[in-house]
Amino acid sequence: MNKERKAEILSTLPSLGWLVMFVLIPVITIFAIAFRPALPAGGIGEGWSLDALKALGDPSYPALFARTIIISGLTTLACLAAGLPAAYAMARLTPAWRSRMLLLVIVPFWTNFVIRVFAWQQILHAEGYVAKFLRSLHIIGENDRLLGNTFAVVLVSFYTYLPFAILPLFAAAEKFDFGLLDAARDLGAKAGKAFFAVFVPGIKQGIITAFLVVFIPNLGSYVVPDMVGGTGTQMIGNKIAQRNFTDRNLPEAAALSGALALLVLAPMFIRRREKTAATA
Amino acid sequence: MASYLRFENVTRRFGSFTAVNNVTLDIEHGETFSLLGPSGCGKTTLLRMAAGFDKPDEGRVLLDGKDITPLPPEQRPVNTVFQSYALFPHLSIRDNIAFGPKIAKWAPEKISRGVDEMLELVDLKAHADKKPSQLSGGQKQRVALARALVNKPKVLLLDEPLAALDLKLRQRLLVELDAIHDEVGITFIYVTHDQGEAMSISDRIAVMNKGVIEQVGPPVQIYEAPRTSFVAAFIGDTNFLDGKIIDCIDSRFSRCEVKGFGSIVIDNDKPVSKGDRVHLSLRPEKLIVSREQPTTKETDNAIAGKVEDVIYYGSHTRYWVRCGDWKLCAEMQHRQYQLDETPPKWGDQVWLKWHANDGFLLEQYREEDEGMLTLPDAV
Repeated sequence: MNKERKAEILSTLPSLGWLVMFVLIPVITIFAIAFRPALPAGGIGEGWSLDALKALGDPSYPALFARTIIISGLTTLACLAAGLPAAYAMARLTPAWRSRMLLLVIVPFWTNFVIRVFAWQQILHAEGYVAKFLRSLHIIGENDRLLGNTFAVVLVSFYTYLPFAILPLFAAAEKFDFGLLDAARDLGAKAGKAFFAVFVPGIKQGIITAFLVVFIPNLGSYVVPDMVGGTGTQMIGNKIAQRNFTDRNLPEAAALSGALALLVLAPMFIRRREKTAATA
Repeated sequence: MASYLRFENVTRRFGSFTAVNNVTLDIEHGETFSLLGPSGCGKTTLLRMAAGFDKPDEGRVLLDGKDITPLPPEQRPVNTVFQSYALFPHLSIRDNIAFGPKIAKWAPEKISRGVDEMLELVDLKAHADKKPSQLSGGQKQRVALARALVNKPKVLLLDEPLAALDLKLRQRLLVELDAIHDEVGITFIYVTHDQGEAMSISDRIAVMNKGVIEQVGPPVQIYEAPRTSFVAAFIGDTNFLDGKIIDCIDSRFSRCEVKGFGSIVIDNDKPVSKGDRVHLSLRPEKLIVSREQPTTKETDNAIAGKVEDVIYYGSHTRYWVRCGDWKLCAEMQHRQYQLDETPPKWGDQVWLKWHANDGFLLEQYREEDEGMLTLPDAV
């Protein structure tokens, strides 16, 4: 083994150790617990059991998974739809204005996340100004609610994750050569066509990153649907919490978590394959 | 002269800076026309107004008799070759070239035929499926050219297309560009700050300075008959002399008194009368340097001086010769191996000879333009 290789291994050790400690071991633990029997009192029993796995066959789960994917998907779409023009506009600003705008994007993080979701509860409340205003315009009916439905969950998730979408999109847009848009216009493309044919592919890496940092955490979303959603908007995260805190059935919670983890890994693998295809 | 692309009283301001100041310019069909000038002279702004990326504050742009001023870039039948190439990095060379035709919704067979033709024209068939990042600078430049030409534009705009390339490649691409122009017959507008490029490729040149056009004409005219001191100093190198007309010999020649120099014979390039103050541009290569006093006719000038600087350039040598109050630059080509003649050296007494026709009377002279001469303290 030569010196360089040694140094390489030594310098990777800390991060490798970190990953083993805080990612690999917890994940393996969760997968392992899924194969344990549950004790009626709430603990984890001795020996091995497939009960928790079998419980994944619960007829209500497919709908739960589908809902989780749909809500996360809608949130991701909304974040990209708003984030792309925002990143485009920010990248075209002068550097001084760019950093000011960037600061505004980050400012919400200074307030606790739960507090901000509470604020949304107030904003969307049936007796709140927004609801009253929309009712006065007859956009919503007397009995329509802004809270407790998919709309509320997607809206608040969108609000929560938008900065996470804007940041990678902006980072990519900042490096984009805007002269390419001139070239596209010159070759006959209208402004909108140039945006989609040249700008969007040009910041593809940023879009993929934005997709991952919005979509994946959303799959595990639990606070937002719990606080602004209703019975019809339960996501996997809520079910895991319920199994954990209410039912005290840790193996079933672990099985659900494991299923979610596999669901999350799927887009990651797609990305990995794309990367290897790109370098090949 | 039929005007094909016409700038009519075009003015463009950026804040308090006037980039283009009331320019009127007619470009003919099928010619290679250069906009030449130092950076900031307004040449690129003029080009961007032809492409549609910029709109004039005043005036109009006409193409083939039609006012195109209000049209956005995508609706103008012109295409641009950008200085930075601006190739789409996510598309293959083939798809880059096909970009315009696809947007114009050509039939697929027509697109592939058009793209193949262009790949043939710029000799890049072997690279059709590569990405731009896999090509060299010169190849990228040719793709940019093909991508523009495939659309059969009425006018091709070239914005310093060779500026990013090294000298040898630049010279080779210039020849290629000229050949392509002959083949496609499209009007080329070529923006450059390099006078050599402009001289070699253009049918006509517009020399720009500070937002105005100083002179328009074929390269020979621009070089041999500069209208202003700016044009004379920007294109090539020159000597400026100023003096007073003391005698009008006939309709062709006058005698002119140059301070600290004696009197010289000049050609009446413009009407002059006795007592006029005139400015003369005298190109270094027109001056003949010799050790012995040369024989002169009455339309020749010969003055004595002392060599103060010698710079050897390989194909030629430059001498800076002190003649009274003036320091003149003279250039000698090395035509052959001269056995029994040693070239003048530093400190030698020499004679400078030129014919009255070799100098050119400037219509307009500004002292600041002397700053562009190779040795600003030459005068």
